[in-house]
Amino acid sequence: MDDSLKLKGLLPDAELLRFYEQMVLCREFEESCAEQYAKGEITGFLHLYSGQEAVAVGCTAALESRDYILSAYRDHAQAIVRGADPKRVMAELFGRATGICKGKGGSMHLFSPEHNFMGGYAIVGGQFPIAVGLSYAASMRKEDRVTACFFGDGSMNQGTFHESLNWARLWDLPVLFICENNFYGIGTEVHRASAEVMLHRRTCGYDIPSEKVDGMDVIAVYQATKRAAAWVRERQRPYFIEAVTYRFRGHSMADPAKYRSSAEHEVWKSRDPIPNLGRRLVAEGIIDEAGIEEILKRCTTQVEEAVRFASESPWPRDEEIWEDIYV
Amino acid sequence: MSEMTYRDAINLALKEEMRRDSSVVVFGEDVALYEGAFKVTRGLLSEFGEERVRDCPISENTIVGVAVGAAMGGLRPVAELMTVNFALLAMDQIVNHMAKVRYMFGGQTSAPLVIRMPGGGGSQLGAQHSQSLESYFMHCPGMHIAYPATPADAKGLLKTAIRDDNPVIFLEHELLYNSRGEVPDDPEFLVPFGRAAVLREGTAVTLVGYGRMSILCLQAAALLEKDGISCEVIDLRTLSPLDTESFIGSVQKTGRALVVEECWQSAGLGGDIAARIYEGCFDRLLAPVKRISGLDVPMPYSRKIEKLCIPQTDGIVQGVRELLTAPY
Repeated sequence: MDDSLKLKGLLPDAELLRFYEQMVLCREFEESCAEQYAKGEITGFLHLYSGQEAVAVGCTAALESRDYILSAYRDHAQAIVRGADPKRVMAELFGRATGICKGKGGSMHLFSPEHNFMGGYAIVGGQFPIAVGLSYAASMRKEDRVTACFFGDGSMNQGTFHESLNWARLWDLPVLFICENNFYGIGTEVHRASAEVMLHRRTCGYDIPSEKVDGMDVIAVYQATKRAAAWVRERQRPYFIEAVTYRFRGHSMADPAKYRSSAEHEVWKSRDPIPNLGRRLVAEGIIDEAGIEEILKRCTTQVEEAVRFASESPWPRDEEIWEDIYV
Repeated sequence: MSEMTYRDAINLALKEEMRRDSSVVVFGEDVALYEGAFKVTRGLLSEFGEERVRDCPISENTIVGVAVGAAMGGLRPVAELMTVNFALLAMDQIVNHMAKVRYMFGGQTSAPLVIRMPGGGGSQLGAQHSQSLESYFMHCPGMHIAYPATPADAKGLLKTAIRDDNPVIFLEHELLYNSRGEVPDDPEFLVPFGRAAVLREGTAVTLVGYGRMSILCLQAAALLEKDGISCEVIDLRTLSPLDTESFIGSVQKTGRALVVEECWQSAGLGGDIAARIYEGCFDRLLAPVKRISGLDVPMPYSRKIEKLCIPQTDGIVQGVRELLTAPY
């Protein structure tokens, strides 16, 4: 995080505090998910976002609410930051009828059309063409929406990545591709999967401009996305952001992340976007320590309420199996 | 009524639906400027313009995915895959996405789109361009599958497909494109899904077909009639939803069933239909259900041996005779 940059005045205080609180909420939510997984309340695959919060929060804040957002399977934060109710997200993870997708989607398939959160997709790279299609529809319907498509570094080696970038530029669609480069596709480090490790440079074959941003710095992510989204909206052309970030946990709950050294982990922990922003907010007098504590308390309470709501919610009815297959 | 080809009937359905509903868009490889590899999209670009009729790069998986996204976003895309064989490149978007988005997102979205796919064998196109993959699609819930046999159904089923709020795989047989028939002029002529057609009534044997196989069944039935053998021909029209009652009802009357499928026999739809017949009217059967299928081989090129691999009219005739003389 660029400490020389003054936060005060850069954005309204309330906005800065909102960034902080949203990141804390996401972190508390994810850490609570880990506990609920250990208890057996959450089952199946569970991919946690801890460490990457600055990307979801910074990007989302820079977009308009009418803009579409799509993500991969590490999608809780994106949905919650977009406005999905943490209670209904937690209920989804618990597999309950009150879940955001009635308990039929699970952790990897959140969806909230009223927030223009158009889904978490669990086939690596599956969301690229769908993002292009949504953007095409929005463009045909003159809806003035940017489609923000989030994905991980690993998905850039799928055919759909290349097909979709080519297509988006060929048809000149307003898609903002946002790569969350956390350096690992499960256990395979970027340099073992991609011939070009400077991932943002891989868009040159599709004539799509790109840039790299510090994904551990919510302000940097916000500013880059703000500029990029304005560019995309004005020119009706795709753009690419590589946000360099790190996940503090393994790929999923099944992954102890033994392929990473503790030294590497420590370096990135020191760059944790949440305490770093908190420290600066305090240093600049935007909030005090008590205020920071209050935010944490508010978030933990919200997450506890989400867990309570989920655990008290009913299971889906058996008949639900046959519903929603066809219209 | 107007007489026209299967190709022109599809073309007419596209034009009528595009005139009716501005959210209907067409895209695919070479569908606009080139007017389609099989010329099915002739005249669309000039009438509807390049916003609604667009050529795509050769990216089948993304063609389907873009159609899914566009449908979720409020359009009614009719995408063309140049042939069904290339759908294998798009199976991720077809099976993992198109057929799943509604269910896994808890019914909060839908994907009203059509993927048109010409296919089938018999043109000496070799192993990679002669496949019949209907059973692959039929295995997967979450999408409808239509396969017209006649020009009238080609028009009526495609119009229903475009108006369907579910994703539809629309299979077209390349050898039927030039076949001719009477087609209703009514722009509201729709053929409902899930209702098979009785192409011919009969009493001794039920022939169950779809697509070009139904036409072969009709030809076989006409030949057999000369020998006094009365065949009922059921054309499934849609493979999903499948009109199970139609063929079970017919077999209850005839007591004998022959299923004709162009796809490979192993784990194919013929076996599934046979099982449904056994489950539905075992006590009425006078003989085991017979299947005539594509042979379980990759398609050879040479026309001399290619035709041995695809169901033929004389094979169906012989199959019916075997059914009638079986010692049960």
